[in-house]
Amino acid sequence: MSASNRFYRSLQHVLLIVVLAIGTSTGVIADEQRGLEISKLRKAADTGWGDTEAEMRMILRNAQGQESVREIRVRSLEVIDDGDKALTIFDRPRDVSGTAFLSFSKALEPDLQWIYLPALRRVKRINSKNKSGPFMGSEFAFEDMTSFELEKYSFNYTGEDTIDGRSAFKVEQVPLDRNSGYTRQIVWIDQEHYYVLKIEFYDRKNALLKTLTLDDYRLYKDKFWRAHVSEMVNEQTGKSTELIIDKLEFDVGLEEADFDSNKLRNVR
Amino acid sequence: MKAFSLYTTLCWLLTLPLSVVCFAQDYELSGEAGIEQRYFFEDPLLPEQERAQGSVYLQPEFFFNWNDGDDRLVIKPFTRLDQHDSERSHFDLRELHWLHQDRDWEFLAGISKVFWGQTESLHLVDIINQTDYVEAVDGEDKLGQPMLSYSYFSNYGRLSAFILPYFRERTFASTEGRVTPPFRIDTDNPLFASSNEETNIDYALRWQHSMGNWDLGFSYFDGTNREPYLAQGFDPVTNRLVLQPYYSQIQQVGVDALAVVDAWLFKFEGIYRKDDEENVPVTLQDVIVDNFFAAVVGLEYTSVGVFDSQYDIGWLVEYQFDEREQTAFVFGQNDLMVGLRFIVNDIDGTEVLVGVVQDLDDSGSYTGFLEASSRITDQWRWKLDGYFFASEQLTDPLYFLRREDFVQFSLEYYF
Repeated sequence: MSASNRFYRSLQHVLLIVVLAIGTSTGVIADEQRGLEISKLRKAADTGWGDTEAEMRMILRNAQGQESVREIRVRSLEVIDDGDKALTIFDRPRDVSGTAFLSFSKALEPDLQWIYLPALRRVKRINSKNKSGPFMGSEFAFEDMTSFELEKYSFNYTGEDTIDGRSAFKVEQVPLDRNSGYTRQIVWIDQEHYYVLKIEFYDRKNALLKTLTLDDYRLYKDKFWRAHVSEMVNEQTGKSTELIIDKLEFDVGLEEADFDSNKLRNVR
Repeated sequence: MKAFSLYTTLCWLLTLPLSVVCFAQDYELSGEAGIEQRYFFEDPLLPEQERAQGSVYLQPEFFFNWNDGDDRLVIKPFTRLDQHDSERSHFDLRELHWLHQDRDWEFLAGISKVFWGQTESLHLVDIINQTDYVEAVDGEDKLGQPMLSYSYFSNYGRLSAFILPYFRERTFASTEGRVTPPFRIDTDNPLFASSNEETNIDYALRWQHSMGNWDLGFSYFDGTNREPYLAQGFDPVTNRLVLQPYYSQIQQVGVDALAVVDAWLFKFEGIYRKDDEENVPVTLQDVIVDNFFAAVVGLEYTSVGVFDSQYDIGWLVEYQFDEREQTAFVFGQNDLMVGLRFIVNDIDGTEVLVGVVQDLDDSGSYTGFLEASSRITDQWRWKLDGYFFASEQLTDPLYFLRREDFVQFSLEYYF
């Protein structure tokens, strides 16, 4: 990140604090606490799921409506007290089929990431310091694909709203990682189940960059709600990516040994 | 009776792959095919060579698995048909193996490919597979290697042992082909240090491990050198110089390491190689050294979203060192590679890599390269590759490629 950018962001933080201080001298701390509490409930609602395997489609659309489809399979393992582990296998487009992407999410340090390139039968380490780059040419950035951890943000409760008839809390979350591509995100959290209904992403100039809407929530193991359709729209370019989960299974028996960079060459 | 049992055994062996096919719970056919056209910028050094060279290739992959994927049979033949070059028109089994995997070990029997190492410009540590040099000058294409291999996985990494019962000779273009020195490389009459020639049994050991921000590998190899020395001879029929590949017997220790530091990747590969110096051809006696050290050290930095765009730019710098003199077809004995990778991050996955490898002892000796590719549809991709060689000194191995500058356009179909 450039120095001017950093300066700009610090300036924004200062301005935000000043505005908040003038506006509600007593409410600031209360709103921060409320934001954190709601986010804790959001995290708690999605804790203890164990391991999953999903088949997904990513439909990439440009501003003219042209489409391109990616098919991926994602195996995930919940790691208590640390970030989760995920193995993504690409099936389409065909020229990248067999490519496997292994990622260990971390709360504040950069994630650990490897990619397996089947043509060379080679496993390569990826530097994940800059996590704002697009995932497979889609509107999802790498940082949008990693697990939600409380340590990654500071929170602020900003009010209530209704989305498609569902009552939601609005929480603003500010990424603590300087390498994040966002200054802030506004998250709409369902008041009944504490799952996410919508997120607005603001870029480094604090302009609205992307809107993510999550839909078709289904209940698993009587406890875990998962959105089967989510759409990320880039408000600045008109491009969008729809992520559709076609199949999702819990408790498939995955363990740490299935997420080993030394075994990536056998992943199918 | 004995003949009969031998016959039944043979039949049984032949039907084994077929019965596997029947037992297999899962079968997949995938692969790629392509058409490629090369264009050379300068007139060739030999009258029989052409300036345009076309070819087609096919590489299907048959994949069977049973026991919930714990047992697998992979068959991956490759073939290329070249317009001019009889050596480049070739067939190879890239993979033909059975793999059994368990929770903490795996066993592989058959033909396969193994990659070791971390650097980009040179692969010193990677020694199991022979280079399929007619395929590409960058040495990234490899021939299938027959092997028995066992690997053990633990919290302390992957430990692998290899028995390599059959040696594959390096492929070289014929004098009708291109990207070759203007001499015939007599691949029909190779020379071997081992009296067992290509049936010498080679061994290898490898340990590799990932620890947080570090990836580490140690390897040991004992057997036939994958890199041939070229012995000068005289062809009595054509009255021309002919080069005979000589494959020595070596022991090699290799170390490779990668460290993630902030937004950088630091990479290192080093080898120490001992040569048995047996049955050395007279013309190579001054060239082959008893032992030497070689290394590549490099770094990579990627800027994401440069100039507020969606583009990524990756910088690659690698320094190559080799203790040997420049004579023995040794590239990279004191060279610097600088590369620039543009990643467009578009739907078509467009990428461009440009770079140069500069000889630090001789400013007139360098290689430039260009690799660009993008998707056309979900199944088609185009690729544009270019290589540019510059050298003025006769002692430089690159001198013999000075007229081989070319670009190559390929259309690839994936299924």
